[in-house]
Parts: sequence; structure tokens; C-alpha cells
Amino acid sequence: MLSVIGKYFEFMWRVCSRPEKWRLYLRQIMVEINKLGVDSLGIVAIISIFVGAVITIQTAKNLDNPFIPTYTVGTASRESILLEFSSTIVCLILAGKVGSNISSEIGTMRITEQIDALEMMGINSAGYLAGPKIWAMIVSVPLLVVYSMFVGIFGGWLAGKYSGLVPSEDYIYGILYMFKPFYITYSLFKSTIFGFVIASVSSFFGYHVRGGALEVGRASTRAVVVSSIVILLLNLLITQLLL
Amino acid sequence: MIEVKQITKSFGDHLVLHPIDATFSSGCVNLTIGASGSGKTVFLKSIVGLYDIDGGDIEYDGRSIMQMTNRQKIALRQEMGMIFQGAALFDSLTVEENVRFPLDMLTDMTLEERTERANFCLRRVKLTNANHLLPSEISGGMQKRVAIARAIALNPRYLFCDEPNSGLDPRTSVVIDELIMEITKEYGITTIVNTHDMNSVIGIGEHIIFIDKGVKAWEGSKDTILTDGCPELDSFIYASELMKRLRK
Ligand SMILES: Nc1ncnc2c1ncn2[C@@H]1O[C@H](COP(=O)(O)OP(=O)(O)OP(=O)(O)O)[C@@H](O)[C@H]1O
Ligand SMILES: [Mg+2]
Repeated sequence: MLSVIGKYFEFMWRVCSRPEKWRLYLRQIMVEINKLGVDSLGIVAIISIFVGAVITIQTAKNLDNPFIPTYTVGTASRESILLEFSSTIVCLILAGKVGSNISSEIGTMRITEQIDALEMMGINSAGYLAGPKIWAMIVSVPLLVVYSMFVGIFGGWLAGKYSGLVPSEDYIYGILYMFKPFYITYSLFKSTIFGFVIASVSSFFGYHVRGGALEVGRASTRAVVVSSIVILLLNLLITQLLL
Repeated sequence: MIEVKQITKSFGDHLVLHPIDATFSSGCVNLTIGASGSGKTVFLKSIVGLYDIDGGDIEYDGRSIMQMTNRQKIALRQEMGMIFQGAALFDSLTVEENVRFPLDMLTDMTLEERTERANFCLRRVKLTNANHLLPSEISGGMQKRVAIARAIALNPRYLFCDEPNSGLDPRTSVVIDELIMEITKEYGITTIVNTHDMNSVIGIGEHIIFIDKGVKAWEGSKDTILTDGCPELDSFIYASELMKRLRK
């Protein structure tokens, strides 16, 4: 356990060293943003719209009391989506999708000696492979989270309106009622860190694969499990500290 | 010239390379032969520095790696070309991009110069009209040629080939062997080739080292290998029915 953590930091040290060519490095970051971020828009949209809808319906059913104004449903849904769903749950889903992608890609490069080939050219393989993915995730994840917030709130609006539980005006009033911009800052801060965790942990497990195809599969499972656990622990810690 | 002095390598408590001495001269194809699992790949990867050796020293034209800083080792890497057992092409890049990759990463040449150089190397290995294909779209023999082209892109002084013709038919193997031979002569490269293919041994074995269970058991050339009468070597060479019959 401790030796794995030590190896992780040693790996990160190598990732942080100066790239051979900045121009190629930046281009690689763009490629990764496209592959890891843009390609996740679909899944984030689908999950956000459904979960947004369900949160609104559940809240509406629970607050079915004549003394509580209907707009409260909008406010409560907003808090759930902003504080927890879009920032943490979406990141857990990305850990599954993007994490396994990163670790199996790098792992395959390891077992087919492509990483050795990079090293033989005198290129810092850890920096060249993991660096752009980490930067791409640090940039994309917060954007995906904001996108998920909008889609989730929109899903709630749809559900409220078409189930007849929450009228459109009440929902919108509730969404804007006592809005705290700090919650957005908090979510963005959290998700930036989670993006870093997903990319670095998955790269680490992929980079250190030994053996064959079976081990690549195992490493990507481990990458998803470990990054999810780290996300959950950090979530607890950050929430304690900031809220 | 590469001089290997008493290098050893183990993984955990499994000693893979017993102290080995060897000298590989330049402009010459040096073969390392041995059965599967005898330690050829470990030997080659220890020489190039992909594995840290446990003891001994390696000198590249008199430059000892034990006295080098990390920066010097990286600079030395850029004088080496390597062809891996499975070609190890970057599978997201096309053939031309693969060959151009070391030039892109490590030189200040313009795009035109780099493309020109990549195409020169591809023509050198007689591979044309495949520039825009991905590695998954070409045959194993073509992949090996791309790997050779990529290895010579930076004009290496040292070339390392790990079983360059494993998995190829006999005729393609000969073509690849001859290519390695020609390139070695043309540029005066110090070349080390791992193989267990007797056709290569007889074809290009100017200087041969036989490794048996991590020990250098024999050294010589293609002219002496069939007649030298070293028992471990004979049991390796005459393992197949074909060779046994030819011997008679
Ligand atoms: N990374 C490693 N960790 C542990 N043991 C290893 C490692 N690489 C090789 N070995 C061991 O070293 C020995 C020699 O392996 P090596 O790959 O050098 O054989 P080889 O001669 O290249 O065989 P082949 O002709 O099949 O490629 C084997 O017993 C192998 O189990
Ligand atoms: Mg081998």
C-alpha cells in the first residue's frame, strides 16, 4: 500500500517534468480534451436529464404539504444537483468511463512495448502519455459539471411541468430563490480535483501494467475502483473543510 | 563498438543473466542466439538501459554508462535505434507519422524536411504507398519494415533488433535480414540482433554469441557454428528434424 503510494508520487514527479516540445504537448492536450471531454457530453447529458427529473419528482412527492410552497421543490432540487449530483456523481461516472479508457490505452502501450519504444527515443514516456490526459481532464471535468448542472435542472423542469407536480413558474422561481454562487465555486473546485484524480490514478495503473491482456483488464478495473474511492474520500474531506 | 563487461541482471531472486562479457564491433551484424527464455530480450534491454543492470559496466565507444548522468544517458538514447519483438508501432499514428515521430519530437527540422526524411527511410525499407495506413491495417512483415524505418530515422550509431523476423515467412525473413545487413554496412552501425532462427544465423551471422540459461556458452561466427562441437550449442542447433537430417 505505502509502496504503491510512493510509486504514484514518483510517477507524478516524472509526469511533471518539462515536455520535449511544447507545441506538440499542447496539440496533444487538445486531442485528449476532444477524446476524453467532448466524447463524454452524451453520457453526461443522458444521466443528468434523468437524475434531474427523478430528483424533482421525489422532492415534490416528499414535500407534498399545503404549508410548504411549491417553489421549494425547485430550490431543493437545485441544491441536490449543484452540491452533490453534478459534481460528485458525475465524476464517479466519468471515473468509470474515462478512467478505464485511459488505463487500458496506456496499459496496452506498455505490454506492446510502445512505452519502451518512447523511452528508447529518449522521450519521457510518463510525461508524454499521462501529462496531456491530466491537463485535459482538469480542463474538461469542471466544464462537464457545469453542463450537467444545466441539463439536470432542465430535466427537473421537464419532469415537474409534464407530471403536473410543479408548475413552470414555481420551479424557475425556486431555482433562483436564495441562490448562493459559492456553491458553484465549491463544485468547480471539487470537480477540478476529481478530474486530476481520475486521470492521474488511471494513468498510473495503466503505466505500471506487467504481463499481458489479462493484466490490462485488471489494471483498468483497479483504476476505476481506486479513483472512485479516492473521489469519495476527498469529497468528504473537501465538504468538511469548505461548507 | 559496444563493450559489455560482466553484466548481471536478476528479477527478485531469479538470476536471469550470469556475468556476461561481450564485444560488439561497428559495421558488423552481431547476433545473440539462444532458446526461448534463455534471456536474450533481458540481455538486449539491459544493454540499452531499459532494465537497470545489477552489476558490471557497458561502454559505448569508450563511454561508460556507469559514469553517465541521466541527461547523458538520454542523449545517448538518441544515438540508438531499436526494433522490438512485436514492432511496437504507435497504433494511433499512421505509418508515415510513426517514422516521423522521433523527428517531430527531437529535431528542429521543418515539416517538409521531416516528411522528406521519413519518406526516405520508408523507401529505404522498400515500403511505399502505405504512408497513410494505420499499423493495424498492414501485415506483420510491413510492420517490421516500418519499425526499421522508424529506428533509422535519426541516423543511429547503434541498432538493436529483438527477433526482427519472428512470425514472418522464410522469404520475408530473408528480406528483413538483408535489409538489416545492408543498413549496418552502409552507415557503419553497431548492430545487435536477437534471434533463434537458424536461417538468420547462417545468413547474416558475422559474429555470434550463444546464450544458454543466462550464460554465454559459445562465441564465434556462421563459419564455425555448425562444426565447433560445443554440446549445448549442438543441442540447440540440431533440435529440429530438418537440421538433424541435414547433419547426416
Ligand atoms: N520483467 C520481468 N520480470 C521478471 N522476470 C522476467 C522479466 N522479463 C523476463 N523475465 C524472465 O527472464 C527470463 C528470460 O526471458 P527473456 O524474455 O529474456 O527470454 P528470451 O530469450 O527473450 O525468450 P524469447 O525467445 O521467447 O523471446 C525468463 O525466465 C523470464 O521469465
Ligand atoms: Mg525475447
